Amino acid sequence: MTIVNTETIPGKTVVEVKGLVQGNTVRAKNIGRDIAAGFKNMVGGELKGYTELLTESRREALSRMIAQAEALGANAVVNVRFSTSAITSGASEMMAYGTAVVAE
Amino acid sequence: MDADSASVAVTLLVYAGLPALVLFVGWLVGHLSETRHERSLAAREEALRDIEATDMRNPPGFAAAEGSCMLVSGEAVVASDMFKSWVFGFKNIVGGESKFFTRLFERARREALLRMKERARELGCNAVCNVRFDSVDIGGNASGMKKKGSNMAVALVSGTAWRRPAVA
Repeated sequence: MTIVNTETIPGKTVVEVKGLVQGNTVRAKNIGRDIAAGFKNMVGGELKGYTELLTESRREALSRMIAQAEALGANAVVNVRFSTSAITSGASEMMAYGTAVVAE
Repeated sequence: MDADSASVAVTLLVYAGLPALVLFVGWLVGHLSETRHERSLAAREEALRDIEATDMRNPPGFAAAEGSCMLVSGEAVVASDMFKSWVFGFKNIVGGESKFFTRLFERARREALLRMKERARELGCNAVCNVRFDSVDIGGNASGMKKKGSNMAVALVSGTAWRRPAVA
């Protein structure tokens, strides 16, 4: 499965568009991460727990998107975009969407 | 020195001394970690200089590139320190650019971009095109439930890693 955020795939041509696919996830920070972040907010520096949270969210949203694309019989997803939104303090949604295609 | 002046001194110490100490420690540690982070960013940027990043959707040579390409992304969350948040409280009254927070966001963005380039290199690619910057409200600033003093810069970046042929 080729995943790109460009409209074309080098060396391949899109022969069939299968449609829009998307995957999302809402993840909450846990108490431990919140406490660690509270301390970090006094002295500054990277909030590693939150960075990891974002990396995991991104992976999860992408893998759900890929599962949809596979179900449609696509072998690539082009023009992938990420979108985020805040739900409440401490939880945010990560969404990945793109166009499932067959490329040869 | 009688009991009254002693209790005034203790009160002063508790109400002015302690916050001042916390602010000072926040400033000191924050400043040191900021300087160290910027130094590490500069060194890693130098090491990854050969990975060409562009926000063009179809850069020269992309259509004819060989090898597989892949979506890569990087993310970073950097917290402000107490001193900076405190100073920003005053800045909010008079307005104008907050140099501290401008620098904070710059650090987060450079870090995220570097992580994306590192992932591109791990995949054996030497270029990233269609780079996009994004952000997310992790602390809940928009929802009005933000905890006081929890300022952070969130940077998300994604792009397509590909193999750029060597220019003859």
